[in-house]
Amino acid sequence: MTQTTSEVRESPSSRETLLEIEGLSKSFGTVHANQDISLRVDRGEIVALLGENGAGKSTLVKQIFGLMTPDAGTISIKGDATRIKDPKDAIRRGIGMVHQHFQLVPVMTVAENMMLGHESAKGGILDLDGARRMVKELSAKHNLAVDPDAEIEDLPVGTQQRVEILKALSRKADLLILDEPTAVLTPQETDELLGVMKELAAAGTSIVFITHKLREVLAVADRCYVLRQGKVVGGVDDLSNTTTSDLASMMVGRDVVLRVDKAEATPGETVLSIKGLQVKDDRGLPAVDGFDLEVRAGEIVGLAGVEGNGQRELVESIAGMRPSVGGSVHLGKDDITRSNAHDTNNAGVGHIPEDREKHGLVGGWSIADNLVLNRYDEPPYAKGFVRDFGAVRENGVKLREEFDIRSPNVDVPAGSLSGGNKQKVVVAREMSARPRLLMAAQPTRGVDVGSIEFIHRRIVEARDAGAAVLLVSAELDEILGLADRIAVIHGGKVVAEVDGKDADRTEIGRLMAGDTDH
Amino acid sequence: MADPDRPPAKDASPAPDAAPAPETAPPAVPVVAERGAPPPPTGVLGFLVRHQAIIVPLVAVVLAFAIGAILIRAQGFNPTYAYQLLFTHSFFTESGLLATLQKTTPLVLVGLAVAIPLKVGLFNIGGQGQLMAGGIGAAWVGYALRDLPAALLVVVAIAVAVLFGAMWASIAALLKTTRGVHEVISTIMLNSIAVGIIDWLINNGPLSDPAQPFPASHAVPEGARLTPLGVLPWGLPVALLLAVVVAWMLNRTTLGFELQTVGRNKFAAGYAGISATKTTLIAMAMSGALAGLAGAFELLQIEPYRYQNGIAGSLGFDGITIALLARGNPLGTIPAAVLVGAMRAGAPTLQFQVGIRPEVVDVLLAITLLMVSLPVIAKWIFRRHTVKQTQLAGSWGA
Repeated sequence: MTQTTSEVRESPSSRETLLEIEGLSKSFGTVHANQDISLRVDRGEIVALLGENGAGKSTLVKQIFGLMTPDAGTISIKGDATRIKDPKDAIRRGIGMVHQHFQLVPVMTVAENMMLGHESAKGGILDLDGARRMVKELSAKHNLAVDPDAEIEDLPVGTQQRVEILKALSRKADLLILDEPTAVLTPQETDELLGVMKELAAAGTSIVFITHKLREVLAVADRCYVLRQGKVVGGVDDLSNTTTSDLASMMVGRDVVLRVDKAEATPGETVLSIKGLQVKDDRGLPAVDGFDLEVRAGEIVGLAGVEGNGQRELVESIAGMRPSVGGSVHLGKDDITRSNAHDTNNAGVGHIPEDREKHGLVGGWSIADNLVLNRYDEPPYAKGFVRDFGAVRENGVKLREEFDIRSPNVDVPAGSLSGGNKQKVVVAREMSARPRLLMAAQPTRGVDVGSIEFIHRRIVEARDAGAAVLLVSAELDEILGLADRIAVIHGGKVVAEVDGKDADRTEIGRLMAGDTDH
Repeated sequence: MADPDRPPAKDASPAPDAAPAPETAPPAVPVVAERGAPPPPTGVLGFLVRHQAIIVPLVAVVLAFAIGAILIRAQGFNPTYAYQLLFTHSFFTESGLLATLQKTTPLVLVGLAVAIPLKVGLFNIGGQGQLMAGGIGAAWVGYALRDLPAALLVVVAIAVAVLFGAMWASIAALLKTTRGVHEVISTIMLNSIAVGIIDWLINNGPLSDPAQPFPASHAVPEGARLTPLGVLPWGLPVALLLAVVVAWMLNRTTLGFELQTVGRNKFAAGYAGISATKTTLIAMAMSGALAGLAGAFELLQIEPYRYQNGIAGSLGFDGITIALLARGNPLGTIPAAVLVGAMRAGAPTLQFQVGIRPEVVDVLLAITLLMVSLPVIAKWIFRRHTVKQTQLAGSWGA
């Protein structure tokens, strides 16, 4: 039943079509976030939008909700194809959206939050009793238990999400868009949410469900569309005969792997050795849970996995930016389990962080300063505690040339560079230190094709120079193109390790989805 | 001097991107297109943007004086005459100039005490309390150790004042780093606590001099009094030197880089191994030390050389105006402190000679403060023309 064309077979259904999108395109500069997307949602249906990060799912739903205007194509809601002006207009036409980041006021109660934006008043006084009653009625009707008088900040995340859903329902939404609703939930909360979704659909509410978790799609969705690189690359009308592997192979595509010329790896001694590492996420839940991995000198180990399976916490913990709660990390013979970021860096760990704007750069400092961001206090960049700007600048000029950083000079603020060039600054800084271990987290996210190639070539060169490389990427193509060995992370631990040469895309996709049964 | 915070000038044209992606091969990861900085503005706006570090404070002061003129006129006086009198007295009479420079000394120091934390993204409202802590420390040691040789006594009294100020500010820093208490709240409260404790100490407490008709500490011995050399108070060269040292520290040393990196992007600082806890403690301790030193000079170089209510005036709060007027630039605190010092020094003359209530100076300073807060608004207007990454403190101080 799997099709890889962009046309999904019309299901023989006489149900009312709630949402129909035809030929929708949206570009940002030269980047095509959405290209010629067509899809349909009927009443009472759960339709999944499946795709990796950056596939264009969020851009698509933002246009449905009136947060962005399409460049081309139409969005019809109940047959009405007039342009959706803004979210207010979308809400008026029966669309409700639950964002990844909740739009709730933490210090207000559930009932107060429900009123926000359309407060009703009796004689100039807020009708809180009415709001409270409404919460009770709605939660009884949809079987979504919520205490109207509880303050949002005291509620668990799953319940906050429930409030968001109720809020949308209270605005008479018959099409509910859930943007990665399970990303923030515990497994139990996820199960509860999936149950709620089924009940809502049975009662006639349509749901557009954005996710990259295959199991959830199979668990609740009636149909699904797969997005990749801004296009609908496939769709499934009948999910009952589909397996996670089918979906995985559609999601990661069958395109030619970005070619990276590299010689056979000649691994040397073990540089990074991680044993039973445990790290908690920002919510205090286990994110890395008994993680074991070894990376040797002269090899690239690719860590493949769907985002949110502990990769970020793992990398931050190795880098000394996040404490671990169990296990150990060794760099050669040195125990760096408890080293802070400064010592880890000094011990020879280079780290290209996942979020370069947040962690990798200080936008207000010059390119030259950013190129010594974690070595500013070492000779020759400082003599004692006095900085040597001559040396800093010299290093900047050299690296700007060597790493092809396109800027007028090295004195302009790093914040003024384009994404690709910002990343080159980070890459230049981390690689020029000749680290024993290079950790590259999503090293090419959001950079242009030219820079991607450049960065890939540099990573291979670092390997050939004898560095151990740990490549973390949500892009399976990147992993397959670069890694000599691939470890698949799921649920905070390594579920499989395969040789880079024998790696099978579909197999890895399946493992990434947590399917280790056969 | 070079201002590192100057918005990108003509050399910040958008960086030419790498080879444009061919139409047929969209990037593997479509993302929201990232663009470089927009082209810098040209013409009048460009001039204003490039020189806003100087123009904004100047406009603030001019506007404040214009509004002040209306208020003076409303009281039936001639504003031109009033201003002329104010500044003639403050700068061109011997007693006036001495008073101006005596005010300038602590004002530079408390201005620095606010400016340094601004660079780290902290807003130190506690200059007043830290100055008082320093002043009472100097008063205590200056009397308790009165038998020491005078020169040594001065040094010890100043050292204790610096230490007291640093400790008082460190309480706020520790509350911030260990308990997450916002420094604005804690420093304001510590101001009140300082007032309360000192009130007790000099009223009937251990430091009170019962011979005085009103609450006061004992005076420091005559030898330890820093009587001015003509119109030059002892503390002024020290304060000016420290402004230069602080500027050097911030712009030239690794510590300064650490402080400003935390202020500009604390996440990147964490990534680079710079501890926000350490920088917070250091910045606040330095601020407290500077404010404490201001307190020592207030006590040792101005009559009656004893701690009594009101000697701190509103110096600590004027420090906020000065730091903002200087836009966080340590050297900028010098002209700002001279201006505020002159206004404070000339205020009594307005009353004696013309009959204008001296509070008009308070009003002028308040309006100036309001106007220098405009950079927040100005930045918002200029937003598209300046480097991104504006943080709250950045828009105030940097």
